[in-house]
Amino acid sequence: MTRAGRILLTALQGLLAACFLAPLLVMVVSAFKADELRLLADLGGVGAFLPRGGLSLRNFERVLTASRFPRALANSLFTASATVALGLLVNSMLGYALARFRFPGRDLLLAALVALVIIPFEAVAVPLLLLVNALPWFGGARGWLNSYHVQILPFAASAFSAYLYRQAFLAVPRELEEAAFLDGAGRWRTYWSIALPLVRPTTATVAVLQFLARWGDLLWPVMAVRTEDRATLPLAMQTFFGQYPRAWGEVMAFATLTALPTLLLFLLCQRWFVRSAVSSGIKG
Amino acid sequence: MLTPSTHPRRARPWADRLAPWAFGAPALLLLGLFLVTPFLMAFGYAFTDKRLLAPPDLRPAWVGLRAYVRLAQDPHAWAAFRNTLLFAAVVVPVQSALALAMALLANQRLPGTRVFRTLSFAPVATPMAVVAVIWSLLYLPERGAVNALVDLLTLGRVGPQDWLRDPALVLPAVMVLSIWQGAGFQMLVFLAGLQTIPGDLYEAATLDGAGPFRRFLHVTLPLLRPTAVFVVATTTIQAFQLFTQVQVITSGGASAPLDSFRTVVMLLVHEGLRRGRIGTASALSVAFFLLVLTVSLLQRAWWERRP
Repeated sequence: MTRAGRILLTALQGLLAACFLAPLLVMVVSAFKADELRLLADLGGVGAFLPRGGLSLRNFERVLTASRFPRALANSLFTASATVALGLLVNSMLGYALARFRFPGRDLLLAALVALVIIPFEAVAVPLLLLVNALPWFGGARGWLNSYHVQILPFAASAFSAYLYRQAFLAVPRELEEAAFLDGAGRWRTYWSIALPLVRPTTATVAVLQFLARWGDLLWPVMAVRTEDRATLPLAMQTFFGQYPRAWGEVMAFATLTALPTLLLFLLCQRWFVRSAVSSGIKG
Repeated sequence: MLTPSTHPRRARPWADRLAPWAFGAPALLLLGLFLVTPFLMAFGYAFTDKRLLAPPDLRPAWVGLRAYVRLAQDPHAWAAFRNTLLFAAVVVPVQSALALAMALLANQRLPGTRVFRTLSFAPVATPMAVVAVIWSLLYLPERGAVNALVDLLTLGRVGPQDWLRDPALVLPAVMVLSIWQGAGFQMLVFLAGLQTIPGDLYEAATLDGAGPFRRFLHVTLPLLRPTAVFVVATTTIQAFQLFTQVQVITSGGASAPLDSFRTVVMLLVHEGLRRGRIGTASALSVAFFLLVLTVSLLQRAWWERRP
């Protein structure tokens, strides 16, 4: 490539990078602007990107003390982590069964699993709402709405994750597991201590994908959450955004704090994020 | 007499036969309860007039295809399907093409590519509700950031717009923010696809006298096909699922008339949850599923027809 061509492409790359950065930059910078009028006036020019004019932490203070943010953060952390933890266990077990056992109906089960991947959650959301509303829980309670488990249990099992696990288990050599099995380790020990550690990259992939999906979901919280103390971050953010009169500085502080956990996680473990995107593409 | 020690294989036939099912059971039970059951329920409820909050003595009645007929006659439903299809028809090709172009750019070993990759993926790691809120600020009428940019690019020939309240502009506005959020993900998928293409293929093509454009057309594109199939398929399904962005924008108060940007999923929530019409919402769910399925199958047929 010619030198001029490279310079041109580099400039284009820089321009695109700026397009992706700019809105996030506006969010963070605006969050520090306590003067609402100044914030709005700055939007029409480069001032939107510049930390200037009465910077303060007041917006963050307000969000942390006078909004539902802290509770929503805890709810999001708990429901998303519990879903991922439970999901990793049950999906890897199903993937292991499909990869390492021979049993009647296995091929049919695998075909059914692949068929299930196509059913979008949106197509089952409304009947699911009625279903969980009729389900019993421990202690004789009935109806799962507005609980924590209604935000966890329906999302743990995933046909796609189980399928990814099956592919991963098929790709690692059997010999180690056979050796352990002959040494007297049971099926469970073989799976847990030998096979599962060998597919750690898949575990990371599945965990990232499932965590991001749960962390960002708004549809199910809108349907199944009734009171503010059970709201996760996207729902709390939507409620906060809809309040009148709106203080954009505080909304941006809320948005910054909501985006921070996944953005930080992404910056710290970029490799795993990239890998999860890539392997969902190759294996999907 | 057979003792377990002499015939260990025969000693535990039941345990061996049950083992795979024991491993599979937790996920299969969860999938059966929370995916297959409600999926079948949707097909069943669609034939009834079931309501969300009905008096206990009032049992839902079978009404045959009435829910579907009503949907077909409902202008709001038509608007929702039109908006969803329009969104997909624009976002899928534009986002895929942009992602491919970005991947080609990132594959050139230019200075700063790592930063470019990181920045383009940052929106993917940002929750969609946050993205919708940020863009609501950028789309502010009068002296908003988007208006300022449009003013600058068109040298003042296009005046300020009220992006989220103008019925003709709200859906395009949602398209732009959705593409901004999603392009980085597909770019990485394309980049991974590009990096599996062996370099000597390009060298051979260059020796044969092919320029950069012909190399792209005859080497890159054919070998990138499996990746492209995947990207287009997943982007399509994601586009049909459009909900969070429009939901946040409506909750932000005064927005454009609902029918100018309400999607199928949002209508589903409105019918099922707000109006409590489970029958109608279930018919919509079934129609939504069939739409996604049909488009996916058509896409597959199209890719297979063209080798």
